[in-house]
Amino acid sequence: MNLRQQRKLVNRVALTLSLLAMSFGLFWLFWILLTTFDLGFASLSLKLFTQMTPAPGSEGGLLNAIVGSLLLVSLGTLLGTPIGIMAGIYLAEYGQHTWLGNVTSFINDIMLSAPSIIIGLFVYAIYVAQVGHFSGYSGVVAIAMLVIPVVVSATANMLKLVPDSLREAVFALGSPKWVVISKVTLRASLAGILTGVLLAVARVSGETAPLLFTALSNQFWTLDMNKPIANLPVTIFKFAMSPYSDWQEIAWGGVFLITMGVLSLNILARVLFRQKHRS
Amino acid sequence: MAASAITKRKRNLGDFVFSNLTRAFALVTLAMLGGIVVSLVIGSWPAIRRFGLGFLWSGEWNPPMEQFGALIPIYGTLVTSLIALVIAVPVSFGIALFLTELAPPWLKRPLGIAIELLAGIPSIVYGMWGLLVFAPVFSKYVQPLMADTLGRLPVFGELFSGAPLGIGILSAGIVLAIMTIPFIASVMRDVFDVTPAMLKESAYGVGATTWEVVWNVVLPYTKVGVIGGIMLGLGRALGETMAVTFLIGNMNFFNGVSLFLPGNSIASALANEFAEAESPIYTASLIELGLILFFITFIVLSLSKLLLSRLSRQEGSKT
Repeated sequence: MNLRQQRKLVNRVALTLSLLAMSFGLFWLFWILLTTFDLGFASLSLKLFTQMTPAPGSEGGLLNAIVGSLLLVSLGTLLGTPIGIMAGIYLAEYGQHTWLGNVTSFINDIMLSAPSIIIGLFVYAIYVAQVGHFSGYSGVVAIAMLVIPVVVSATANMLKLVPDSLREAVFALGSPKWVVISKVTLRASLAGILTGVLLAVARVSGETAPLLFTALSNQFWTLDMNKPIANLPVTIFKFAMSPYSDWQEIAWGGVFLITMGVLSLNILARVLFRQKHRS
Repeated sequence: MAASAITKRKRNLGDFVFSNLTRAFALVTLAMLGGIVVSLVIGSWPAIRRFGLGFLWSGEWNPPMEQFGALIPIYGTLVTSLIALVIAVPVSFGIALFLTELAPPWLKRPLGIAIELLAGIPSIVYGMWGLLVFAPVFSKYVQPLMADTLGRLPVFGELFSGAPLGIGILSAGIVLAIMTIPFIASVMRDVFDVTPAMLKESAYGVGATTWEVVWNVVLPYTKVGVIGGIMLGLGRALGETMAVTFLIGNMNFFNGVSLFLPGNSIASALANEFAEAESPIYTASLIELGLILFFITFIVLSLSKLLLSRLSRQEGSKT
């Protein structure tokens, strides 16, 4: 075999392996989605949305967990988003070459990938251990802490994409900087920031670890945020790990709901972002 | 004159308030990190005082006797992450190669999104799927096959011996690999894309094959970023909680080196035991585990960030 043939062969082997790697990745995605659809769809019923989480052996649904999750995620997002946007504005508009800006954006990128269970421990230490009981509010704080880094980096990155000529044009009209930011650059990057918020919501709605020591869980209906509150991820964890098949069935229903919610948020975020950037 | 002075002062006041307000919120994000470190150190102080540095290499985890050591969870965390990397790095490289050089343009975007969706699936879904769907298949078909082939190798054989339980360190590592692939693959794809087209075309122009271009031009040009991406994946794998908790078996004894055996990781020890820990020293020891985990991931993620930012600086200077 001459050198030319050998090089061609190596190339072909490598490209085949690359194709295999791609199929390997897709294989897991399809397997997981297929199971989720298959088993999740089977356990979907009206009961899932109208009844409370049951004791083993009796009938029930996930109503309290669904409502609890919606409460925790929406309050956490409402708390975290403004903080994230303000910090992002600082990073992009004021702090680009200051030590505070550099350090904050460095730390923020690390917080973005830091283990979420550590956030749970932190909120436990500063909140739950101080007041002496698990509560919905502490879950909201934990979720907000996960939302913040995502929103900070989305805001900062989107603001940095706004061309400086736009800023200069507004400055030339005599506007102070805060007007330039709030009326022009922030508006220009609104779609990107909104995408970031949607992705943050997608990420936190499946988070289980930070809720384990904060919101905990609750078998019963409650809207009292000062008490442990039911939520989907922790309920799924508890039900899936249990030996009872009726609990596992309900857990599959929950997994289906969460996966659908998270995937549609991801897709929505992409569509939104793409439309904005085409126009 | 007076009117313009007033508007000017008003304007300055607006700027002053706004810039300081945003700075305050930047400080809040920064303070979160400081707060985490301080609160973890305070929370774990009783355990640090009682067990000292020996906590790191003591393999005993005995809540009733109030004896705690971090060796088993540290071992489990490192080994599962290592298995994840061994699988995820070559696969991610293949995927990035496929997405940047092989896929026809109309396929690039949907395939890229599919891989990113894999990253979007919550870890609790991976965990439940892993425990109830993957583990039974794995123990029935894959583990006996591994024991028959890899298990007969002279030195490595030990790693693949024992009862095929389905759950254990190996299956936790494999599911972790599936979760890590999208992170590493999308960073690799992005850094491969920054290679200047001129460099690649020059290589193609002198007759290089696609593989030679990737291996001899793209990879050397982007190696800093590639390592950064791998570190990012490692950082994620080390702290991954739910999927590992479902699959690792939560065993706090060391029974042998076989990867088929159940074990424990730092994150899953926390997830399983923290809410039920009764004595203060038990809680403190678990918080110290969290501190160790945070320390390791902080270093890994900082390295990743430094490497990736070096690549983007390099990119700026060469245009």
